[in-house]
Amino acid sequence: MTDLKPWTAPEWEDWLDEELDAALSLRRTSRPAAMALATLGRDRQDFARHWIAIVAKTNPELAFHFANRAAEGLRRMARDDAEAWIIQAMDVYDKMGLYPAIAALGDIETFAAAREQRSRAAALEQVGPVLELFLQGLSGRRLKLEAGDRTFNDTARIHLPASLALLPTREANLRLYKVTAAHLWAQTRFGTFPGNDPERLVNRCHAFPDATYACGLFHALETIRLDACLARELPGLHRELRTLQDRPPAPASWAPWVARLEAADATVDDSYEALAALYGEPLPAPHLYQGTLDAAAVAAALKSRLEEERTALQNALKALLGDKPPQTAAPEERRFTVHDKDAGRNDPTLLLDGQPLAVPPDVHALMRSIAQDLGEIPDEYLVPAGDGAYAAESGKKPEDVWKGTYHEEGAFLYNEWDYKRQHYRKDWCVLRELDVHPADEPFVAETLRKYAGLASRLRKTFEALRGENATQRRQKHGDDVDFDALVEGFADLRSGRELPDGLFLRNSRFARNIAVMFMVDMSGSTKGWINDAERESLVLLCEALEILGDRYAIYGFSGITRKRCEMYRVKRFEDRYDDTVRARITGIKPRDYTRMGVAIRHLCGILNGVEARTKLLVTLSDGKPDDYDGYRGEYGIEDTRQALLEAKRDGIHAFCITIDTDARDYLPHMYGAVNYAQIDDVRKLPLKISDIYRHLTS
Amino acid sequence: MKPGVVRTEALLITKEPYYEPQGDEILLFESAYRNRIPVLLKGPTGCGKTRFMEHMAWRLRRPLVTVSCHDDLTASDLVGRYLITAGDTAWVDGPLAHAVRVGGICYLDEIVEARKDTTVVIHPLADDRRVLPIEKTGEVLRAPPEFALAISYNPGYQSVLKDLKQSTRQRFVALEFDYPPADLEQRIVDRESGIGAETAAKLVRFAAMTRNLKGSGLEEGASTRLLVHAAKLMVSGISPVAACRGAVAQALTDDPEMVAAINELSASLF
Repeated sequence: MTDLKPWTAPEWEDWLDEELDAALSLRRTSRPAAMALATLGRDRQDFARHWIAIVAKTNPELAFHFANRAAEGLRRMARDDAEAWIIQAMDVYDKMGLYPAIAALGDIETFAAAREQRSRAAALEQVGPVLELFLQGLSGRRLKLEAGDRTFNDTARIHLPASLALLPTREANLRLYKVTAAHLWAQTRFGTFPGNDPERLVNRCHAFPDATYACGLFHALETIRLDACLARELPGLHRELRTLQDRPPAPASWAPWVARLEAADATVDDSYEALAALYGEPLPAPHLYQGTLDAAAVAAALKSRLEEERTALQNALKALLGDKPPQTAAPEERRFTVHDKDAGRNDPTLLLDGQPLAVPPDVHALMRSIAQDLGEIPDEYLVPAGDGAYAAESGKKPEDVWKGTYHEEGAFLYNEWDYKRQHYRKDWCVLRELDVHPADEPFVAETLRKYAGLASRLRKTFEALRGENATQRRQKHGDDVDFDALVEGFADLRSGRELPDGLFLRNSRFARNIAVMFMVDMSGSTKGWINDAERESLVLLCEALEILGDRYAIYGFSGITRKRCEMYRVKRFEDRYDDTVRARITGIKPRDYTRMGVAIRHLCGILNGVEARTKLLVTLSDGKPDDYDGYRGEYGIEDTRQALLEAKRDGIHAFCITIDTDARDYLPHMYGAVNYAQIDDVRKLPLKISDIYRHLTS
Repeated sequence: MKPGVVRTEALLITKEPYYEPQGDEILLFESAYRNRIPVLLKGPTGCGKTRFMEHMAWRLRRPLVTVSCHDDLTASDLVGRYLITAGDTAWVDGPLAHAVRVGGICYLDEIVEARKDTTVVIHPLADDRRVLPIEKTGEVLRAPPEFALAISYNPGYQSVLKDLKQSTRQRFVALEFDYPPADLEQRIVDRESGIGAETAAKLVRFAAMTRNLKGSGLEEGASTRLLVHAAKLMVSGISPVAACRGAVAQALTDDPEMVAAINELSASLF
């Protein structure tokens, strides 16, 4: 077999038969695929082989379909695009299963066209974060953006297409995104859907014989009104809006209505009047940026939000009452009122019994939001919630996820690295945070008694680590004169040399600014002495760390399959080391498997939220990454390694302490040659940690 | 002239610094001053705390000594130290001791930035003893009635590490500052830059938009000071969008997405 000669059809057939064995049968052979593939050049053939083998490892059936499509796909697309095509199909497979994935592979035409369009398309994924901030800046409240097929605002979310390629350049499409979002926002801002009557649009439109047409006409009229509002409030935006599209002016019969809608005091009522007057006129072509109106969605969203906000405000008022010192008046006699000092600014002030009340910012934001929807805050909203009104709390708790129907609410989704694909599997792991059940055993006291000598030695080593006042000599500036330096300096001066400039003493304290995260293996294999060792070390460590005053947190990890990764909170950064934490340490129990990558990603996320000069992630584990659904061997090691590389990128030092005697094989690969330690005796563990500390903080 | 000492006359403010009161802060400050109670100014950056101090120093005709605190500020930076001159050592007062000696107003800006042990040296000055012991010279400075102490801090940066100790904060009369209401802020921006009421109003609306983003990736919204900067740039001929980009968006954050969003906001307004 020479390097340059293409594979022949029989060679392909043999190879495919072997790779795709599970997907083939008597009536379903690899011959058609082999024939097609044999027509490709050698480098494309190699590319196809490479990926067929990878896909076959994921699913032979999918690989069979891929093999049949590969020749066509590779002929149509450049290498990068083809790779994206395969990866996308595998992502679909991961998320939705085999048949949608086969469909995704099949649609080469669409995919190739989409790739081509991509050069000028703008993707919501890309502009979304900026747009969300932009809208929040405009309105003061968070408006969620959602990717969908249609473009509309249901008052809770702004729905935009996942990508836009209507205009010839990418820049223009990006601008179109912004203008569309701003225009939809204007519907909320300038009262297209007054909150006090959620059903209004639906009812009004249905009063006409053709409700769809009426809704369209109303939308066209509202667009005229909103454009005028935008021209007044945001002239810059309005200019952009004009430049996007040339349009014929509105028909002459519309002129008086247009003038009225463009007036500064026009409201949605004028649009409704215009609708009645102009009903029957042909609809003008819609603006590129106007989207659609979805009356039903608006009604539903408004209703549910009003209800939510009302409950939230009432609960907040109740909490506010609870904070106030009890007065003579019984709580039910106290009255909240609202003073809207400047009606135009939507900035209501809350009064309690006529006295202005300082409200927390979130409550204030809530009041503003209500005032924006309703124009005012109705009195019935100002009745504090009664007892037991907290039913609004979501019934879905993370620990109940396996009890009823499966849900991913409140869970964290993380990518996982597939080394074979050299790509991430998106949102592959579903992780939940749970509490460790505190155990009521005298474990901590026993440990401290058992290791009394070690504990006191540890305390000494840690005390030595503590930042002490150090006097630096021979400084240019300082708090005091360094007389030694001065005497020498004068000697120098007398002998004709220059007086050195460092003549001062300076006190400087090395402020410790460290956050440490301990990630504790709670897999089933730790059962027995390893679990005891982990818990004992944690106790000793906590005692020692309290001396240093460093911030630290402890989380346990375990889980079974990617859908059930679990982090157990033992001590969060903000928790104090108290009896509850001690009881939780005692309560650390061996559970299921060791999926390390996702745990590392989650904890790094937490560490990233902490402000510290040095961030440490210390893993206590008993072995290799290992989970039920194929997360073992090289796959697990490579994913863990990737997660650790991500951590490093975020400036987090990772260190692993393991009790696995085979660890030398894979740990250097994962953590780097110096960032791990093997331990065969618990007593060494806390000392090892103090070593790491000195190493990393001095 | 002694080294390191600013002449008292140089610290006197002769021209009235422009200041628009937001409430009764001038009255409160004056009466705290008469009663010899130190004052704590709270509020976000760039809302006029330092300007207020200059205004009050002018009003009370006292020299103003301002110290911007930083995390390396030591007690001797405030109180004083020995310097070496030709063949001898000479004591040089720090700004705090200097202010006490001349009966001026000592203003410690962003006090929480200073090291915790530094903050403590103001304690004897900040209660009814009103003395400043100088250990190194064995001297005890008694503050004259005209001396006043004022400190400022920004509760927005509050973190566990940077908070005022109760023992410090409970010695002061506290004045709270915030960004002025829209009409007042517009007047200030106009007056400071000469940009004209209409553009000033737009800038103030722009500031409100950035303040809406506080907590969503922005630590603080645009301060009045930044608005004045932007307005000044515009007055000297920079286009509004470019002025807002340079003076506000880039000054507020380094996060590219946030900068982009703020630029979009200013582009929409102007």
